[in-house]
Amino acid sequence: MGRTKPVATRRAVMLGGLAGSLAATIRLEPAQATPERMRAAIRNVVGEASVRKGRVDLEVPPLVENGNTVSLAVSVDSPMTTTDYVKTIHVFNEKNPQPNVISVHLGPRAGRAKFSTRFRLADSQIVTAIAEMSDGTFWSASADVIVTLAACVEGI
Amino acid sequence: MNPRTPRALSIISRVTAIVCLLFAIASTVHGTDIPLDQRRSGYLDLGHDSKAMQDDDTINPATLWVQDGEELWNQKVGAASRACADCHQDATVSMKGVAARYPTFSVARNGPVNLEQRINLCRGEHQQAPPLAYESRELLALSAYVGRQSRGMAIAPPDDSRLVPFIEAGRKLFNRRIGQIDMSCAQCHDDNWGKKLAGSLIPQGQPTGYPIYRLEWQSLGSLQRRLRNCMSGLRAEAYEYGAPENVNLELFLMWRARGLQLETPAVRP
Amino acid sequence: MARQLINVPAKVKRGQVFEIKTLISHIMETGFRFTTTGDKIPRDIVTTFSCSYNGEEIFRADLYPAISANPFLDFFTVATESGTLDFKWAGDNGFSETASAKIVVE
Repeated sequence: MGRTKPVATRRAVMLGGLAGSLAATIRLEPAQATPERMRAAIRNVVGEASVRKGRVDLEVPPLVENGNTVSLAVSVDSPMTTTDYVKTIHVFNEKNPQPNVISVHLGPRAGRAKFSTRFRLADSQIVTAIAEMSDGTFWSASADVIVTLAACVEGI
Repeated sequence: MNPRTPRALSIISRVTAIVCLLFAIASTVHGTDIPLDQRRSGYLDLGHDSKAMQDDDTINPATLWVQDGEELWNQKVGAASRACADCHQDATVSMKGVAARYPTFSVARNGPVNLEQRINLCRGEHQQAPPLAYESRELLALSAYVGRQSRGMAIAPPDDSRLVPFIEAGRKLFNRRIGQIDMSCAQCHDDNWGKKLAGSLIPQGQPTGYPIYRLEWQSLGSLQRRLRNCMSGLRAEAYEYGAPENVNLELFLMWRARGLQLETPAVRP
Repeated sequence: MARQLINVPAKVKRGQVFEIKTLISHIMETGFRFTTTGDKIPRDIVTTFSCSYNGEEIFRADLYPAISANPFLDFFTVATESGTLDFKWAGDNGFSETASAKIVVE
Protein backbone atom coordinates (compact mmCIF):
# COMPACT_ATOMS: atom_id res chain seq x y z
CA MET A 1 0.00 0.00 0.00
CA GLY A 2 1.53 3.32 -0.95
CA ARG A 3 1.39 6.28 1.41
CA THR A 4 -0.66 9.33 0.36
CA LYS A 5 1.34 12.49 0.60
CA PRO A 6 -0.35 15.20 2.80
CA VAL A 7 -1.39 18.25 0.75
CA ALA A 8 0.79 20.64 2.64
CA THR A 9 1.90 22.59 -0.36
CA ARG A 10 3.32 26.05 0.11
CA ARG A 11 0.28 27.56 -1.64
CA ALA A 12 -2.15 25.80 0.73
CA VAL A 13 -0.31 27.06 3.78
CA MET A 14 -0.21 30.65 2.42
CA LEU A 15 -3.92 30.72 1.56
CA GLY A 16 -4.77 29.22 4.92
CA GLY A 17 -2.78 31.91 6.68
CA LEU A 18 -4.41 34.71 4.65
CA ALA A 19 -7.90 33.41 5.39
CA GLY A 20 -7.04 33.25 9.08
CA SER A 21 -5.82 36.84 9.23
CA LEU A 22 -8.85 38.09 7.24
CA ALA A 23 -11.15 36.32 9.68
CA ALA A 24 -9.34 38.07 12.49
CA THR A 25 -9.91 41.54 10.97
CA ILE A 26 -13.54 41.09 9.93
CA ARG A 27 -15.05 40.97 13.44
CA LEU A 28 -18.79 40.34 13.50
CA GLU A 29 -20.18 42.50 16.30
CA PRO A 30 -23.76 42.78 17.45
CA ALA A 31 -25.36 46.23 17.04
CA GLN A 32 -23.61 48.22 19.69
CA ALA A 33 -23.11 51.84 20.55
CA THR A 34 -19.51 52.83 20.22
CA PRO A 35 -17.88 56.22 20.62
CA GLU A 36 -18.15 56.49 16.81
CA ARG A 37 -21.87 55.70 16.78
CA MET A 38 -22.39 58.21 19.56
CA ARG A 39 -20.58 60.86 17.52
CA ALA A 40 -22.82 59.98 14.58
CA ALA A 41 -25.93 60.29 16.73
CA ILE A 42 -24.70 63.67 17.95
CA ARG A 43 -23.98 64.79 14.36
CA ASN A 44 -27.56 63.81 13.53
CA VAL A 45 -28.80 66.36 16.00
CA VAL A 46 -26.16 69.03 15.72
CA GLY A 47 -25.38 68.89 12.02
CA GLU A 48 -22.22 70.78 11.11
CA ALA A 49 -22.52 73.28 14.00
CA SER A 50 -19.79 73.28 16.60
CA VAL A 51 -20.54 72.11 20.10
CA ARG A 52 -18.96 74.14 22.88
CA LYS A 53 -18.20 72.79 26.33
CA GLY A 54 -19.93 74.66 29.12
CA ARG A 55 -23.25 75.98 30.47
CA VAL A 56 -24.47 72.41 30.90
CA ASP A 57 -24.23 70.61 34.21
CA LEU A 58 -24.53 66.81 34.15
CA GLU A 59 -25.17 65.25 37.55
CA VAL A 60 -24.65 61.49 37.64
CA PRO A 61 -22.98 59.38 40.37
CA PRO A 62 -19.33 58.70 39.46
CA LEU A 63 -19.65 55.13 40.74
CA VAL A 64 -23.12 53.68 40.28
CA GLU A 65 -24.61 51.11 42.62
CA ASN A 66 -26.48 49.40 39.82
CA GLY A 67 -26.35 50.03 36.09
CA ASN A 68 -30.06 49.26 35.75
CA THR A 69 -31.20 52.39 37.54
CA VAL A 70 -28.87 55.38 37.53
CA SER A 71 -30.04 58.82 38.64
CA LEU A 72 -29.40 61.59 36.14
CA ALA A 73 -29.99 65.33 36.43
CA VAL A 74 -29.13 67.81 33.67
CA SER A 75 -29.35 71.54 34.10
CA VAL A 76 -28.38 74.34 31.71
CA ASP A 77 -27.35 77.87 32.59
CA SER A 78 -29.98 79.95 30.77
CA PRO A 79 -32.31 82.85 31.70
CA MET A 80 -35.20 80.98 30.01
CA THR A 81 -36.80 84.15 28.65
CA THR A 82 -38.84 84.28 25.45
CA THR A 83 -35.75 85.41 23.54
CA ASP A 84 -33.07 83.36 25.28
CA TYR A 85 -33.95 79.83 26.28
CA VAL A 86 -33.00 76.17 25.96
CA LYS A 87 -34.89 74.42 23.15
CA THR A 88 -33.75 70.86 23.65
CA ILE A 89 -31.46 68.80 25.83
CA HIS A 90 -30.18 65.51 24.37
CA VAL A 91 -28.37 62.85 26.38
CA PHE A 92 -26.07 60.30 24.73
CA ASN A 93 -23.99 57.33 25.83
CA GLU A 94 -21.13 55.48 24.18
CA LYS A 95 -21.39 51.82 25.22
CA ASN A 96 -25.06 50.86 25.60
CA PRO A 97 -26.66 48.91 22.73
CA GLN A 98 -27.71 52.22 21.21
CA PRO A 99 -26.44 55.77 21.68
CA ASN A 100 -29.53 57.80 22.67
CA VAL A 101 -30.82 58.11 26.21
CA ILE A 102 -33.43 60.87 26.14
CA SER A 103 -34.30 64.11 24.37
CA VAL A 104 -36.13 66.74 26.34
CA HIS A 105 -37.95 69.64 24.68
CA LEU A 106 -38.25 72.82 26.70
CA GLY A 107 -39.17 76.42 26.04
CA PRO A 108 -39.53 79.74 27.84
CA ARG A 109 -42.41 78.34 29.90
CA ALA A 110 -40.04 75.92 31.62
CA GLY A 111 -38.66 78.62 33.87
CA ARG A 112 -35.69 76.46 34.68
CA ALA A 113 -33.70 74.36 32.20
CA LYS A 114 -33.41 71.33 34.39
CA PHE A 115 -34.76 67.81 34.38
CA SER A 116 -34.10 64.55 36.22
CA THR A 117 -34.65 60.95 35.25
CA ARG A 118 -33.29 57.43 35.85
CA PHE A 119 -31.51 55.53 33.13
CA ARG A 120 -29.53 52.39 32.32
CA LEU A 121 -25.82 52.02 31.76
CA ALA A 122 -24.47 48.77 30.38
CA ASP A 123 -20.84 49.41 31.21
CA SER A 124 -18.45 52.04 32.55
CA GLN A 125 -18.56 54.84 29.98
CA ILE A 126 -18.85 58.51 29.18
CA VAL A 127 -22.31 60.11 29.22
CA THR A 128 -22.77 63.33 27.24
CA ALA A 129 -25.52 65.97 27.42
CA ILE A 130 -25.96 68.49 24.61
CA ALA A 131 -28.19 71.55 24.90
CA GLU A 132 -29.57 73.35 21.87
CA MET A 133 -30.23 77.02 22.54
CA SER A 134 -32.81 79.30 20.99
CA ASP A 135 -29.98 81.14 19.22
CA GLY A 136 -28.95 77.94 17.47
CA THR A 137 -25.78 77.32 19.48
CA PHE A 138 -24.94 73.97 21.05
CA TRP A 139 -23.35 73.44 24.45
CA SER A 140 -22.27 70.22 26.12
CA ALA A 141 -20.98 68.48 29.22
CA SER A 142 -19.76 64.93 29.77
CA ALA A 143 -19.31 62.67 32.76
CA ASP A 144 -17.25 59.56 33.18
CA VAL A 145 -19.27 56.91 35.00
CA ILE A 146 -17.99 53.67 36.50
CA VAL A 147 -20.46 50.78 36.46
CA THR A 148 -19.74 47.56 38.30
CA LEU A 149 -21.84 44.50 37.66
CA ALA A 150 -23.97 42.94 40.34
CA ALA A 151 -21.63 40.70 42.32
CA CYS A 152 -23.88 37.67 42.64
CA VAL A 153 -25.46 37.09 39.26
CA GLU A 154 -28.97 35.87 39.75
CA GLY A 155 -30.66 33.27 37.62
CA ILE A 156 -34.15 33.50 39.07
CA MET B 1 -9.46 13.06 92.51
CA ASN B 2 -8.20 15.99 94.54
CA PRO B 3 -8.45 18.91 92.07
CA ARG B 4 -5.56 20.70 93.64
CA THR B 5 -2.83 18.15 92.95
CA PRO B 6 -0.41 19.22 90.22
CA ARG B 7 -1.51 16.28 88.06
CA ALA B 8 -5.20 17.14 88.42
CA LEU B 9 -4.53 20.80 87.67
CA SER B 10 -2.61 19.85 84.53
CA ILE B 11 -5.52 17.64 83.34
CA ILE B 12 -8.07 20.35 84.09
CA SER B 13 -6.06 23.01 82.30
CA ARG B 14 -5.53 20.77 79.28
CA VAL B 15 -9.24 19.91 79.09
CA THR B 16 -10.12 23.60 79.45
CA ALA B 17 -7.70 24.47 76.66
CA ILE B 18 -9.22 21.83 74.39
CA VAL B 19 -12.74 23.01 75.17
CA CYS B 20 -11.72 26.61 74.46
CA LEU B 21 -10.13 25.56 71.20
CA LEU B 22 -13.29 23.69 70.21
CA PHE B 23 -15.37 26.77 70.99
CA ALA B 24 -13.00 28.90 68.93
CA ILE B 25 -13.25 26.48 66.01
CA ALA B 26 -17.01 26.26 66.40
CA SER B 27 -17.37 30.03 66.34
CA THR B 28 -15.20 30.45 63.25
CA VAL B 29 -17.12 27.72 61.45
CA HIS B 30 -20.37 29.33 62.59
CA GLY B 31 -19.25 32.88 61.85
CA THR B 32 -19.27 35.30 64.71
CA ASP B 33 -22.46 37.29 65.29
CA ILE B 34 -22.04 40.97 64.51
CA PRO B 35 -21.94 42.85 67.84
CA LEU B 36 -25.33 44.46 68.42
CA ASP B 37 -23.98 48.02 68.32
CA GLN B 38 -22.14 47.42 65.03
CA ARG B 39 -25.18 46.30 63.09
CA ARG B 40 -26.19 48.64 60.31
CA SER B 41 -28.89 48.86 57.68
CA GLY B 42 -27.94 48.77 54.01
CA TYR B 43 -29.54 52.22 53.77
CA LEU B 44 -26.39 53.75 55.23
CA ASP B 45 -24.33 52.49 52.29
CA LEU B 46 -26.66 53.83 49.61
CA GLY B 47 -25.59 56.60 47.29
CA HIS B 48 -27.12 60.05 47.77
CA ASP B 49 -29.70 59.60 44.99
CA SER B 50 -30.88 56.18 46.17
CA LYS B 51 -31.29 57.49 49.72
CA ALA B 52 -33.38 60.35 48.31
CA MET B 53 -35.45 57.85 46.32
CA GLN B 54 -36.23 55.89 49.47
CA ASP B 55 -36.89 58.89 51.70
CA ASP B 56 -39.34 60.65 49.39
CA ASP B 57 -42.62 58.78 48.84
CA THR B 58 -43.35 61.00 45.84
CA ILE B 59 -40.36 59.66 43.89
CA ASN B 60 -40.06 56.14 45.36
CA PRO B 61 -41.33 53.68 42.71
CA ALA B 62 -42.43 51.40 45.59
CA THR B 63 -45.21 53.89 46.27
CA LEU B 64 -47.03 52.49 43.21
CA TRP B 65 -47.30 49.17 45.06
CA VAL B 66 -48.24 50.78 48.37
CA GLN B 67 -51.08 52.61 46.64
CA ASP B 68 -52.22 49.35 45.02
CA GLY B 69 -52.09 47.75 48.45
CA GLU B 70 -54.37 50.40 49.89
CA GLU B 71 -56.86 49.76 47.09
CA LEU B 72 -56.75 45.99 47.66
CA TRP B 73 -57.13 46.47 51.41
CA ASN B 74 -60.52 48.01 50.78
CA GLN B 75 -61.66 45.60 48.06
CA LYS B 76 -64.27 42.96 48.90
CA VAL B 77 -63.02 39.56 47.72
CA GLY B 78 -63.78 35.87 47.93
CA ALA B 79 -66.92 33.88 48.59
CA ALA B 80 -67.32 35.80 51.85
CA SER B 81 -67.19 39.08 49.89
CA ARG B 82 -65.15 40.66 52.62
CA ALA B 83 -62.38 43.25 52.52
CA CYS B 84 -59.37 43.38 54.85
CA ALA B 85 -60.85 46.67 56.03
CA ASP B 86 -64.06 44.95 57.15
CA CYS B 87 -62.16 43.24 59.99
CA HIS B 88 -59.07 45.40 60.36
CA GLN B 89 -60.60 48.80 59.68
CA ASP B 90 -58.02 51.55 59.11
CA ALA B 91 -54.67 49.93 58.35
CA THR B 92 -52.79 53.04 59.43
CA VAL B 93 -54.01 52.23 62.94
CA SER B 94 -54.53 48.47 63.09
CA MET B 95 -51.44 47.45 61.15
CA LYS B 96 -49.03 49.70 63.02
CA GLY B 97 -46.23 47.49 64.36
CA VAL B 98 -47.42 44.32 62.63
CA ALA B 99 -44.73 43.94 59.97
CA ALA B 100 -42.10 44.78 62.60
CA ARG B 101 -42.86 41.59 64.50
CA TYR B 102 -43.19 39.11 61.66
CA PRO B 103 -42.58 36.16 61.14
CA THR B 104 -44.77 34.94 63.99
CA PHE B 105 -45.88 31.53 65.19
CA SER B 106 -48.97 30.15 63.51
CA VAL B 107 -50.94 27.52 65.41
CA ALA B 108 -52.60 26.44 62.17
CA ARG B 109 -49.21 25.78 60.59
CA ASN B 110 -47.51 24.66 63.80
CA GLY B 111 -44.59 26.81 62.81
CA PRO B 112 -43.58 30.32 61.81
CA VAL B 113 -45.28 32.18 58.98
CA ASN B 114 -44.10 35.36 57.32
CA LEU B 115 -46.32 38.32 56.48
CA GLU B 116 -47.15 37.10 52.97
CA GLN B 117 -48.23 33.72 54.33
CA ARG B 118 -50.28 35.42 57.04
CA ILE B 119 -52.07 37.47 54.38
CA ASN B 120 -52.89 34.30 52.45
CA LEU B 121 -54.04 32.52 55.63
CA CYS B 122 -56.42 35.43 56.28
CA ARG B 123 -57.67 35.32 52.71
CA GLY B 124 -58.47 31.62 52.98
CA GLU B 125 -59.89 31.66 56.50
CA HIS B 126 -61.83 34.93 56.56
CA GLN B 127 -62.41 35.95 52.95
CA GLN B 128 -62.78 32.46 51.45
CA ALA B 129 -60.55 33.66 48.66
CA PRO B 130 -57.75 31.69 47.00
CA PRO B 131 -54.19 32.51 48.08
CA LEU B 132 -52.27 35.11 46.10
CA ALA B 133 -49.23 33.76 44.29
CA TYR B 134 -45.81 34.53 45.78
CA GLU B 135 -44.24 37.61 44.14
CA SER B 136 -47.52 38.49 42.47
CA ARG B 137 -48.20 42.19 42.20
CA GLU B 138 -51.22 41.87 44.52
CA LEU B 139 -49.39 40.05 47.29
CA LEU B 140 -46.42 42.42 47.09
CA ALA B 141 -48.80 45.39 47.13
CA LEU B 142 -50.55 44.17 50.28
CA SER B 143 -47.31 43.34 52.10
CA ALA B 144 -45.86 46.72 51.02
CA TYR B 145 -48.98 48.52 52.27
CA VAL B 146 -49.02 46.66 55.59
CA GLY B 147 -45.24 46.98 55.95
CA ARG B 148 -45.40 50.72 55.30
CA GLN B 149 -47.48 51.12 58.46
CA SER B 150 -44.50 49.97 60.52
CA ARG B 151 -42.00 52.32 58.89
CA GLY B 152 -39.81 53.95 61.50
CA MET B 153 -40.53 51.33 64.16
CA ALA B 154 -37.97 49.01 65.66
CA ILE B 155 -37.91 45.44 64.37
CA ALA B 156 -39.38 43.51 67.29
CA PRO B 157 -39.47 39.73 66.94
CA PRO B 158 -42.02 38.27 69.37
CA ASP B 159 -40.74 36.85 72.63
CA ASP B 160 -42.28 33.48 71.86
CA SER B 161 -40.57 30.29 73.07
CA ARG B 162 -42.33 28.31 70.32
CA LEU B 163 -40.22 30.20 67.75
CA VAL B 164 -36.86 29.35 69.33
CA PRO B 165 -36.24 26.01 67.55
CA PHE B 166 -37.12 27.67 64.23
CA ILE B 167 -34.76 30.57 64.84
CA GLU B 168 -32.06 28.00 65.54
CA ALA B 169 -32.91 26.16 62.33
CA GLY B 170 -32.60 29.47 60.50
CA ARG B 171 -29.25 30.17 62.15
CA LYS B 172 -27.95 26.77 61.00
CA LEU B 173 -29.03 27.57 57.44
CA PHE B 174 -27.31 30.94 57.65
CA ASN B 175 -24.07 29.21 58.62
CA ARG B 176 -24.28 26.33 56.19
CA ARG B 177 -22.05 26.26 53.12
CA ILE B 178 -24.08 25.81 49.95
CA GLY B 179 -23.71 25.56 46.21
CA GLN B 180 -20.85 25.11 43.82
CA ILE B 181 -19.25 28.19 45.32
CA ASP B 182 -19.53 26.38 48.65
CA MET B 183 -19.97 29.38 50.90
CA SER B 184 -22.36 30.26 53.68
CA CYS B 185 -24.32 33.48 54.20
CA ALA B 186 -22.27 34.09 57.34
CA GLN B 187 -18.95 34.06 55.51
CA CYS B 188 -19.92 37.18 53.56
CA HIS B 189 -22.48 38.90 55.72
CA ASP B 190 -21.08 38.22 59.21
CA ASP B 191 -17.35 37.91 58.53
CA ASN B 192 -16.73 40.19 55.55
CA TRP B 193 -19.42 42.88 55.54
CA GLY B 194 -18.09 46.26 54.58
CA LYS B 195 -15.53 44.80 52.19
CA LYS B 196 -15.94 44.68 48.43
CA LEU B 197 -16.87 41.73 46.24
CA ALA B 198 -16.36 42.35 42.53
CA GLY B 199 -16.70 46.10 43.08
CA SER B 200 -19.92 45.84 45.09
CA LEU B 201 -20.05 46.55 48.79
CA ILE B 202 -20.93 43.49 50.90
CA PRO B 203 -23.77 44.52 53.21
CA GLN B 204 -24.60 42.87 56.53
CA GLY B 205 -27.82 41.67 54.94
CA GLN B 206 -30.18 43.14 57.52
CA PRO B 207 -33.75 42.90 56.13
CA THR B 208 -34.74 46.37 57.27
CA GLY B 209 -36.95 47.39 54.38
CA TYR B 210 -38.77 44.52 52.74
CA PRO B 211 -40.45 44.35 50.34
CA ILE B 212 -37.79 46.45 48.62
CA TYR B 213 -37.59 48.27 45.31
CA ARG B 214 -34.39 46.73 44.09
CA LEU B 215 -32.56 48.71 41.39
CA GLU B 216 -31.30 45.41 39.92
CA TRP B 217 -34.88 44.13 39.50
CA GLN B 218 -36.30 47.55 38.60
CA SER B 219 -39.26 46.25 40.58
CA LEU B 220 -40.54 45.52 44.06
CA GLY B 221 -39.68 42.13 45.56
CA SER B 222 -39.80 40.16 48.79
CA LEU B 223 -37.07 38.99 51.14
CA GLN B 224 -37.50 35.45 49.85
CA ARG B 225 -36.85 36.63 46.32
CA ARG B 226 -33.64 38.22 47.51
CA LEU B 227 -32.60 35.09 49.41
CA ARG B 228 -33.26 32.93 46.37
CA ASN B 229 -31.16 35.29 44.26
CA CYS B 230 -28.28 34.97 46.71
CA MET B 231 -28.55 31.19 46.65
CA SER B 232 -28.51 31.01 42.86
CA GLY B 233 -25.58 33.42 42.97
CA LEU B 234 -23.74 30.74 44.93
CA ARG B 235 -24.79 28.21 42.29
CA ALA B 236 -27.01 26.43 44.77
CA GLU B 237 -30.53 25.22 44.18
CA ALA B 238 -32.69 27.79 45.91
CA TYR B 239 -35.53 26.74 48.18
CA GLU B 240 -39.01 27.34 46.78
CA TYR B 241 -41.06 30.34 47.82
CA GLY B 242 -42.80 29.51 51.07
CA ALA B 243 -40.51 26.58 51.82
CA PRO B 244 -39.92 26.12 55.57
CA GLU B 245 -36.20 26.73 55.03
CA ASN B 246 -36.90 30.17 53.58
CA VAL B 247 -39.30 31.06 56.38
CA ASN B 248 -36.82 29.88 59.05
CA LEU B 249 -34.10 31.95 57.41
CA GLU B 250 -36.41 34.96 57.33
CA LEU B 251 -37.25 34.42 60.98
CA PHE B 252 -33.57 34.18 61.93
CA LEU B 253 -32.68 37.26 59.88
CA MET B 254 -35.40 39.37 61.50
CA TRP B 255 -34.22 38.16 64.92
CA ARG B 256 -30.65 39.08 63.92
CA ALA B 257 -31.93 42.56 62.96
CA ARG B 258 -33.94 43.07 66.18
CA GLY B 259 -33.95 46.68 67.26
CA LEU B 260 -33.00 48.11 63.86
CA GLN B 261 -35.52 50.45 62.31
CA LEU B 262 -37.92 49.16 59.66
CA GLU B 263 -37.76 51.21 56.44
CA THR B 264 -40.39 49.48 54.34
CA PRO B 265 -40.57 49.95 51.42
CA ALA B 266 -36.83 50.51 51.02
CA VAL B 267 -34.66 51.06 47.94
CA ARG B 268 -31.61 48.86 47.51
CA PRO B 269 -29.05 48.42 44.66
CA MET C 1 -54.13 49.45 39.96
CA ALA C 2 -51.92 52.48 40.58
CA ARG C 3 -50.26 53.31 37.32
CA GLN C 4 -48.82 56.76 37.86
CA LEU C 5 -47.37 58.91 40.58
CA ILE C 6 -47.74 62.64 40.06
CA ASN C 7 -46.52 65.28 42.43
CA VAL C 8 -47.06 69.01 42.09
CA PRO C 9 -47.18 71.63 44.83
CA ALA C 10 -50.67 72.35 46.17
CA LYS C 11 -50.37 76.11 45.79
CA VAL C 12 -47.89 78.34 43.99
CA LYS C 13 -47.43 82.08 43.53
CA ARG C 14 -47.89 83.61 40.10
CA GLY C 15 -44.56 83.74 38.30
CA GLN C 16 -42.98 81.18 40.59
CA VAL C 17 -41.04 78.31 38.99
CA PHE C 18 -42.33 75.04 40.42
CA GLU C 19 -41.30 71.39 40.18
CA ILE C 20 -43.38 68.58 38.67
CA LYS C 21 -42.49 64.98 39.47
CA THR C 22 -43.91 62.12 37.43
CA LEU C 23 -43.48 58.36 37.55
CA ILE C 24 -45.34 55.74 35.54
CA SER C 25 -45.49 51.99 35.98
CA HIS C 26 -43.91 50.47 32.85
CA ILE C 27 -41.46 47.63 32.24
CA MET C 28 -39.44 49.53 29.58
CA GLU C 29 -38.36 46.29 27.92
CA THR C 30 -35.28 47.28 25.93
CA GLY C 31 -35.53 44.82 23.07
CA PHE C 32 -31.92 43.80 23.67
CA ARG C 33 -32.61 41.00 26.13
CA PHE C 34 -32.94 37.28 25.39
CA THR C 35 -34.92 34.48 27.01
CA THR C 36 -33.12 31.45 28.43
CA THR C 37 -33.93 29.64 25.16
CA GLY C 38 -32.26 32.34 23.06
CA ASP C 39 -35.32 34.16 21.74
CA LYS C 40 -35.15 37.95 21.64
CA ILE C 41 -37.64 39.67 23.95
CA PRO C 42 -39.33 42.32 21.81
CA ARG C 43 -38.98 46.00 22.67
CA ASP C 44 -41.81 47.49 24.72
CA ILE C 45 -41.08 50.99 25.92
CA VAL C 46 -42.71 54.33 26.52
CA THR C 47 -41.48 56.51 23.65
CA THR C 48 -42.97 59.93 24.38
CA PHE C 49 -44.14 61.92 27.36
CA SER C 50 -45.74 65.33 27.29
CA CYS C 51 -47.17 67.76 29.78
CA SER C 52 -49.67 70.51 28.99
CA TYR C 53 -50.63 73.40 31.23
CA ASN C 54 -54.19 74.56 30.55
CA GLY C 55 -53.93 73.04 27.11
CA GLU C 56 -50.53 74.40 26.11
CA GLU C 57 -47.57 72.01 25.93
CA ILE C 58 -44.86 73.02 28.37
CA PHE C 59 -42.64 69.93 28.34
CA ARG C 60 -42.03 66.98 26.04
CA ALA C 61 -39.56 64.11 26.14
CA ASP C 62 -38.53 61.38 23.70
CA LEU C 63 -37.61 58.27 25.64
CA TYR C 64 -35.26 55.52 24.46
CA PRO C 65 -34.66 51.96 25.79
CA ALA C 66 -31.90 53.39 28.01
CA ILE C 67 -34.53 54.88 30.32
CA SER C 68 -35.05 52.65 33.37
CA ALA C 69 -38.27 50.78 34.10
CA ASN C 70 -40.98 52.80 35.82
CA PRO C 71 -39.81 55.93 34.01
CA PHE C 72 -39.29 58.89 36.28
CA LEU C 73 -39.30 62.46 34.96
CA ASP C 74 -38.88 65.55 37.06
CA PHE C 75 -39.09 68.99 35.42
CA PHE C 76 -40.08 72.61 35.97
CA THR C 77 -42.56 75.20 34.73
CA VAL C 78 -43.58 78.77 35.49
CA ALA C 79 -46.89 79.30 37.35
CA THR C 80 -49.14 81.39 35.11
CA GLU C 81 -52.76 80.86 36.20
CA SER C 82 -54.72 78.21 38.12
CA GLY C 83 -55.87 75.24 36.14
CA THR C 84 -54.97 71.74 35.09
CA LEU C 85 -51.75 70.01 34.19
CA ASP C 86 -52.36 67.17 31.74
CA PHE C 87 -49.85 64.37 31.33
CA LYS C 88 -49.67 61.92 28.47
CA TRP C 89 -47.48 58.87 27.91
CA ALA C 90 -47.39 56.94 24.64
CA GLY C 91 -45.32 54.00 23.54
CA ASP C 92 -44.92 50.66 21.78
CA ASN C 93 -47.85 48.31 21.26
CA GLY C 94 -50.28 51.21 21.35
CA PHE C 95 -49.42 52.12 24.91
CA SER C 96 -51.28 55.26 25.93
CA GLU C 97 -51.96 56.69 29.36
CA THR C 98 -53.03 60.04 30.71
CA ALA C 99 -53.21 61.71 34.07
CA SER C 100 -53.95 65.17 35.35
CA ALA C 101 -53.34 67.35 38.37
CA LYS C 102 -54.88 70.59 39.50
CA ILE C 103 -52.68 73.59 40.18
CA VAL C 104 -53.75 76.59 42.26
CA VAL C 105 -51.96 79.84 41.48
CA GLU C 106 -52.43 82.81 43.76
